[in-house]
Amino acid sequence: MPLIKIRDLHFYRGNRAIFEGVNIDIQRGKVTAIMGPSGTGKTTLLKLIGGQLRPDKGTIEVDGQDVHKLSRSELYELRKRMGMLFQSGALLTDINVYDNVAFPLREHTDLPETLIRDLVLMKLQAVGLRNARNLHPSELSGGMARRVALARAMALEPMMIMYDEPFTGQDPISMGTLVNLIHRINDAMGLSSIVVSHDVSETAEIADYIYLLSGGKVIEQGSPVQLKRSGSQWVQQFMQGLPDGPVPFHYAGPEFADDLLKPEEYA
Amino acid sequence: MMQNKSTEIIVGMFVAVGIAALFMLAMKVSNLGEYADEAGYQVTAEFQNIGGLKVRAPVTMAGVRVGRVADISLDPTSYNAEVTIDMYSQYDNIPLDTAASIYTAGLLGEQYIGLEAGAEEEFLQSGDVIYLTQPALVLEQVIGQFLYSKAEGE
Amino acid sequence: MINLIRSLGRWGLSAFERLGRGHIFLMHMLAGIPGLFLRFSLVVQQLFSVGVLSLLIILISGLFVGMVLGLQGYNTLVDFGAEESLGVLVSLSLVRELGPVVSALLFAGRAGSALTAEIGLMKSTEQLSGMEMMAVDPIRRIIAPRFLAGLISMPILAAIFSAVGIIGAFLVGHGLLGVDDGAFWSQMQAKTDFYDDIMNGVIKSVVFGFVVTWIALFEGYDATPTSEGVGRATTRTVVHSAFAILGLDFVLTALMFGDE
Repeated sequence: MPLIKIRDLHFYRGNRAIFEGVNIDIQRGKVTAIMGPSGTGKTTLLKLIGGQLRPDKGTIEVDGQDVHKLSRSELYELRKRMGMLFQSGALLTDINVYDNVAFPLREHTDLPETLIRDLVLMKLQAVGLRNARNLHPSELSGGMARRVALARAMALEPMMIMYDEPFTGQDPISMGTLVNLIHRINDAMGLSSIVVSHDVSETAEIADYIYLLSGGKVIEQGSPVQLKRSGSQWVQQFMQGLPDGPVPFHYAGPEFADDLLKPEEYA
Repeated sequence: MMQNKSTEIIVGMFVAVGIAALFMLAMKVSNLGEYADEAGYQVTAEFQNIGGLKVRAPVTMAGVRVGRVADISLDPTSYNAEVTIDMYSQYDNIPLDTAASIYTAGLLGEQYIGLEAGAEEEFLQSGDVIYLTQPALVLEQVIGQFLYSKAEGE
Repeated sequence: MINLIRSLGRWGLSAFERLGRGHIFLMHMLAGIPGLFLRFSLVVQQLFSVGVLSLLIILISGLFVGMVLGLQGYNTLVDFGAEESLGVLVSLSLVRELGPVVSALLFAGRAGSALTAEIGLMKSTEQLSGMEMMAVDPIRRIIAPRFLAGLISMPILAAIFSAVGIIGAFLVGHGLLGVDDGAFWSQMQAKTDFYDDIMNGVIKSVVFGFVVTWIALFEGYDATPTSEGVGRATTRTVVHSAFAILGLDFVLTALMFGDE
């Protein structure tokens, strides 16, 4: 049984359809990537899984529970077993790195401070920032903030971690660090990972399975190798980052040659 | 943790200053200090007319404050005003035949009760009645009388 | 014409929607308050940033408002030979009106705008969302302690404002203008009632504290999560708080002192 089962998902924002009949299975213990062009609602999908948004139609089951039929307290119980890494890190800005990682532990457990300290240092060691524990979030680079947020997401030993655009705006070194971390943590902790991204090469490197979304639908799915061999032109354009193809370079409208022959427009 | 401690101390001081301010308002600014003095004794006095006398108006003797008006009501049989006075406990040697008059502080000021000591050996006690009273001077009546006597004189 | 009616209707609907959201938010916030007594250190921290940090502006403004009242009041009263009543004038105007109202306006400007900006920023940097995903209710953890702190701070600040103002008026009246100090204090004491004047002033300031903190927190929580949105929400906090304070002051004054 898959960890997350999304069936016939519909979601509208105003009159605009974000999802129209999306079906996704996320397998346990694997890294599943959800990719697509900007504005296809990848982040929205994570918020739907986390129960922060409500679908207009369709169901999302996490570990056998329908997320949107749970009571408030049941949903909060479920969220304790979900980790989420926001694009910005979403660290609490008024407390330091150590307290940020300790935050979920202090909120949800009655562990003594000494034990919390051991746990926090362990998680920070895993992301390589044990010695940065006294820094404030404002003193961290974007990549470090994401690593701290990752340590925090791991603090409660969740069954899964959702990554929202983890590679966006990173230099090659911290990108490599993050790719490595996501892969290692997934295997070492035996959890399941969902990576939402449009960075093709990094994502393809760690994903076991990829869903390609566009226009509110799943366009293609499969392992990275399968996707690279896909016959669909659209998939080829996306995976190789070609400037022109099924998604045209030019904004839709009359042909250039026709336009040139109509000087009267500005006359 | 250290910073937490000093935050707590400062907040504690803040709350203490607030309570001190409220305490000052209560004791120094308002009449709450007088409520504590209510252990005194009560006497009543009947006036023909109290003018603009109000509850809580001061009661003085030789200009010194010795009590305050506690209650004002109309006597249903005599149609006089019945004024209840709270006397402060330390003034327990005021003669029984003391007279009470209603005066105005300044031309437009508030009205108050002035007491003038009598010569009796016995002192006023709780529940006693002051018999010698002089009503408030009502300005319209005074002017009216003045005009009337002027007219008669001519 | 049709367009005008349509946009008017849309404006009305969105106003009602905001009003509804604000009250649901309030209920949610109030529900979080009992739990705070187990974790009072959260409130203490907020008492510091909401209350203590507003203290300086309250002290200085209170002192100057009192001094000006003393000066102006004296100039008017001296014409009637009633300068002994300066104490009464100052104490009643401060305790009944200026203390609660001016300190609430200052509080909205200092603490209210800071609260809106802080919450709005936490929203725009996904901190609130992140907390929800950590199964921590941000309204209980972040908003409710700030609300309680505002509710506690406001009457304290108003009392300090009035007390400092009366001292300021005394300094000007007695020290500068030579009003007899005995008359100043005794007339004040004779005419200022603890329950009718001071306690009513305290009730006013509690109401203002409630409303200002509620508006500030809701504007922050409801802000559009961009820097522009947070900026606008901060402005709205100050403007709406001022309207609410002055409007409520009229209603409360009519209720409390109307029958005299």
